[in-house]
Amino acid sequence: MLRDKLKPGGPSLLNKIHIDGWLLTALMILMTVGLITIYAAGGKDIGLIQRQGIRLGIAMIAMFVVAQIPIGAFRRSSIYFYVIGLIMLVAVLFIGTVGKGAQRWLDLGFMQFQPSEIMKLAVPMMVAWYISRHTLPPKTWHIFTGFILVISPTLLIAKQPDLGTSLLIASSGFFALFLAGMSWKLISTVGILGSGFAPVLWIFLMRDYQKQRVLTFLNPESDPLGSGYHIIQSKIAIGSGGVEGKGWLQGTQSQLEFLPERHTDFIFAVFSEEFGFYGVIGLLIIYAAIVARGMIIAVRAQDAYSKILAGSITLTFFVYVFVNMGMVSGILPVVGVPLPLVSYGGTSMVTLLAGFGILMAISTQKRLLLRQ
Amino acid sequence: MVFKRISIRDHTAEANLFARRTFIALLVIVAMIFTLLSNLYYLQIERHEDYQTRSNGNRIKVLPVAPNRGLIYDRNGVVLAENRPVYSLKVIPEETEELDTTLAQLSALLDITDEEVADFQKEFRSTRRFKPVTLRNQLNEQDVALFSAHQHKFKGVSIDARLTRYYPYAESLTHMLGYVAKINKRDLQKLTEAGFEDNYAATYDIGKLGIEKYHENLLHGQVGYQEVEVNSQGRAIRTLSFTPPVPGQDIVLNIDVNLQMAAQKALEGKRGAVVVMDARDGGVLSLYSNPSYDPNLFVNGISSKNYSALLQSKDRPLINRATQGQYPPASTIKPHMALLALDEEVIQPDTTIRDNGSFQLRNSSHKWRDWRKWGHRNADGKNRINVTDAIKQSCDIFFYDIAYKLGIDRISAKMFEFGFGDYTGIDLYEESAAIMPDRGWKRANKNLPWYPGDTVIIGIGQSYWTTTPLQLAQSVATLANRGTRYVPQIIRGNMIEGRQLIFDPKELRPVEIKNPDNWDIVLNGMYSVVNEEKGTALTAFKDANYISAGKTGTAQLFQIAQDEKYDKENVADRLRDNAMYVGYAPYDNPEVVIAVALENAGSGAATPVARQVMDYYFRDQPAIIAQEVESTNIAAR
Repeated sequence: MLRDKLKPGGPSLLNKIHIDGWLLTALMILMTVGLITIYAAGGKDIGLIQRQGIRLGIAMIAMFVVAQIPIGAFRRSSIYFYVIGLIMLVAVLFIGTVGKGAQRWLDLGFMQFQPSEIMKLAVPMMVAWYISRHTLPPKTWHIFTGFILVISPTLLIAKQPDLGTSLLIASSGFFALFLAGMSWKLISTVGILGSGFAPVLWIFLMRDYQKQRVLTFLNPESDPLGSGYHIIQSKIAIGSGGVEGKGWLQGTQSQLEFLPERHTDFIFAVFSEEFGFYGVIGLLIIYAAIVARGMIIAVRAQDAYSKILAGSITLTFFVYVFVNMGMVSGILPVVGVPLPLVSYGGTSMVTLLAGFGILMAISTQKRLLLRQ
Repeated sequence: MVFKRISIRDHTAEANLFARRTFIALLVIVAMIFTLLSNLYYLQIERHEDYQTRSNGNRIKVLPVAPNRGLIYDRNGVVLAENRPVYSLKVIPEETEELDTTLAQLSALLDITDEEVADFQKEFRSTRRFKPVTLRNQLNEQDVALFSAHQHKFKGVSIDARLTRYYPYAESLTHMLGYVAKINKRDLQKLTEAGFEDNYAATYDIGKLGIEKYHENLLHGQVGYQEVEVNSQGRAIRTLSFTPPVPGQDIVLNIDVNLQMAAQKALEGKRGAVVVMDARDGGVLSLYSNPSYDPNLFVNGISSKNYSALLQSKDRPLINRATQGQYPPASTIKPHMALLALDEEVIQPDTTIRDNGSFQLRNSSHKWRDWRKWGHRNADGKNRINVTDAIKQSCDIFFYDIAYKLGIDRISAKMFEFGFGDYTGIDLYEESAAIMPDRGWKRANKNLPWYPGDTVIIGIGQSYWTTTPLQLAQSVATLANRGTRYVPQIIRGNMIEGRQLIFDPKELRPVEIKNPDNWDIVLNGMYSVVNEEKGTALTAFKDANYISAGKTGTAQLFQIAQDEKYDKENVADRLRDNAMYVGYAPYDNPEVVIAVALENAGSGAATPVARQVMDYYFRDQPAIIAQEVESTNIAAR
């Protein structure tokens, strides 16, 4: 592209090892913020920081490794990933291990594994691959097939139940279809059908605790000590932070343990309490920067598959952020979505950074692709 | 054109389409970020103060700290009510290593019963694991010593001390001093109504009776606060601020505890009351009612067995006879009656009546007897009785006559002025107004008109007229003070750093009479009761080292029929006469007033009691030589 050619100095060292400098910097800042906040939220437990550090390290390595893989390899393996993921999801239904009231894990003997994590990347890859085989904008029946590709794993995951993940996976698939150029007519039809589907979801698919979450979301004060407790305490934490925040390690809501799930799903409340509105703006700027960089990578990508995949991964990342912040600050119901790269724990970290690995691969392998 | 059917990949168009979609997505993202930010702006800036308050409400707990109750001293600085620590054994489950083992070892060491362990388990299950749970209330000193020696073996077990009230003089002061006990639901409701519930947030006991109840506001003090930061489990993390409680005021009473014990001794084995007042300021020096009981029983919760024994005793120990006992004043009010008759000029100082031993109204056959069958004789042996003789010998006929001549309206009006039929205003809630009857009272309570016969026996303090011993004491003080009246006060003042700050006496509207000389005539009559031949209290006060004046009284509880003689032996014990005595001393400079009432003790029984108590009061005074008696006597006349 013209702009690339105007860039002085040609491919940098980072480019050679397939690392996107902008993205890496923003991610590193975010992870640092995460570690600082976990330290405050976890009651100054240095062990927590170490474990999170190791996890981040592993996830970073995964990102670097993924970044080295040629785009073509992703494209070709998309369908295999997807099929294997789907099989495992079905397997989870029958032989999955139960934990925290949900059947999400496969016991591989040496480790516990969550197949839905594979699907976070496999679904956008599959949809991107399927759609990009044809010219864009996609035909209606391509879209239709695409929907089936998205809905099947979504339902399987929702059944586990894991509302948060199924939501993210559905989003990633939908974003792929949207970016590919799905017509507005279809989008509005799906929108109408979707709202028609909501009662079905409510009656047949949602478990009682999930329904309770939605009801609590609509009126948390109805049960302030029970199901409304999380969200009330979270809003108190955020609100009491004020403009400047109470200061690092000074958040009473978190330090005195009034806030539940402090270092995991509700870490944003801890951050808001201790760093205030200024801190929140800063954090949003970092996230916005990452999203913006992802979108730039997507727009600059050389082929439809890369564009759709990069765009979908980026938008899904934003959905993570939005859903988490939304639920913690009380404008969305509580679904189990962590604040990406800040919340403590989980397999999701590796998946997330692997996703960024794909973005970096797309960002840095353009020349290579051009030659192909 | 075969190729037309195959769609050609237009990379530029696809890239443009993708860019457009990306742009739209970007717009949506910006909108969503804006939504998030505006919500956060709302929470953190618009409603910051609200959430700040709620956050503080979460973390800051205000723990009330009970003030120490003020001590109570007698007039000589003797402690009558003190605060003593009570010890209880507390276990913090979280801090014990093995709860069951700890309990077993403690049970072995201190003989803790299964019942106590069961209570502990019950409390333990409903308490947070870091909160102390009581294993035994009220450890005795031996237990405390024993446990202290072994404390190192018991992690998480400690002795907790709380101050509780103790009355060293036990039953000697009960009716006057009262006691404190655990705040119950009713107390709490009253405190809430009065807006005091915050001040009692940490307080355990409240005054239930006597001075402890009446002066609760002085004694209690002001609650203190400890502001602590707590975590979500309610565990205190640190103290943020501490406002110390203001202890209750130490108060001093007019009571002399030694005099009180003298009264107690004088009443031993009798049912009745003694009131000793300072004539000069209304201060109550002693106020004792017998039988009494140990107030300490109530402080830590009285057992139902003990309580029902007190309730059901036919001697009614719970009644404060000095202020609640309603006794016919009998002849003790003859001086008051004489004063009224003189002042209304119904009689002159030298008016005499003929005493034939009975009194009859015109047109009536009913005879009112004198307590002496053949009536009284004057110094010359004649049955001509003047007002002084009438008081001295307690001549009923004389007073039947003047009462009838005065009429009930004048009598009750003046007696109200002396405080009969009304509360004295003493600092006790347990007080009765008793009854000073008049026409309206009889109509309202008996639905009958006032008969002239009613007035006749009012003259000797019977009929419907009842008084409390305290009212009698107050009225005699008024006589001795020639009209000046005081509210009987038990409280004397505050004790501030070992020094007494004495309150002013409370003066009442005085009793005013037309001719002040009449005071002297009446008081001389009372002098003659104690100091002259034929005086009804002469023998009882023989050889006293002080010169007093007084008046005896005997109240009939048993109506004898006409022409029937009162026979002590035939009257059931509970229907025997009440004995009364009122007096003051020294005669020429009234200092102390006494009133004694004895139930069913028989005529004259109260006088020696009065003598005994007054002797104690004047114990340090040297014996009086005969000349002095003579001179005083002359001066008085």
